[in-house]
Amino acid sequence: MRWIWIDKFLEFRSGKFARAIKNLTLAEEHLHDHYPGYPVMPASLIIEGLAQTGGILVGEAGGFVEKVVLAKIPRAEFFGVACAGDQLVYEVTLTDLRAEGAVVEAKAFLEGELLADVEIFFAHLDNSRANQIFGPKNFVFTQQLLGVLDLAKAQSRAKEAEALAVSSTSPAPVNGQSHEAPPS
Amino acid sequence: MPTHDEIYQKVQATLVDALGVDEEDVTKDATLQGDLGAESIDFLDIVFRLERNFGIKIPRGELFPENVVTDPDMIKDGKLTAKGLDELKARMPYADLGEFAANPDVERIGDLYTVDMLVQYVSSKLAA
Repeated sequence: MRWIWIDKFLEFRSGKFARAIKNLTLAEEHLHDHYPGYPVMPASLIIEGLAQTGGILVGEAGGFVEKVVLAKIPRAEFFGVACAGDQLVYEVTLTDLRAEGAVVEAKAFLEGELLADVEIFFAHLDNSRANQIFGPKNFVFTQQLLGVLDLAKAQSRAKEAEALAVSSTSPAPVNGQSHEAPPS
Repeated sequence: MPTHDEIYQKVQATLVDALGVDEEDVTKDATLQGDLGAESIDFLDIVFRLERNFGIKIPRGELFPENVVTDPDMIKDGKLTAKGLDELKARMPYADLGEFAANPDVERIGDLYTVDMLVQYVSSKLAA
């Protein structure tokens, strides 16, 4: 299993906001244990997905120079459950960012309804100290996780190119859902 | 400019949110670490919340100074020397060092971080 708890970025505004989705499927082992006969996404893994969305938002804001770790969850409220077949939408807003760390307000939505409201606090680790205490696997964003952002960028570029090609051949507006482009 | 009591109440609310403690436990002389259970990462959280709640800027190390006592001349037998105490006074002007100075054990430096110290600090920032 890969420790990637978001499937795709829908929106990424550098230093401000990110929206990602998480699709739940019965192919995920944990749903069979949580709980047998009643497969619901564990709240802790929803928080993990929100933290991965927020961690990339925080890391990207600093050009991925800082090593970002999830330091604290001061508040987490849940208002429902998500089951196999559901799609969760994670919306994360960066509320505070400074040299030592950052705070995000993170919300999970299911079919437009608020499912979770979480405050997440990230710390920036000094590089040398981080190397001694944490391995790269402990970081909020690994290369695998960053691949999700890279994929969103690639998809965004492809859509832009497609829109450009269509607009150059036809004056009609492009149909389909528009997403704000991730930073290139 | 809010009154001292108003600042205290807001600091109290800030610590309730940051540390998940009960309001009645956040007395003025409560120590952040010993009485309220604050850990190192909580200090940064408190800084963020104070900035947001009071609309002030808290430069790194100003409220919770780092590496205060680094010079070997500042410590002898586990206690701060006169030079160490002077340095501490300079770095933590908002802390009440009166009782601490009588027994300046380095292990007790953490006890200087009290609720009242936060109130004094915020008051001075708002008055500036």
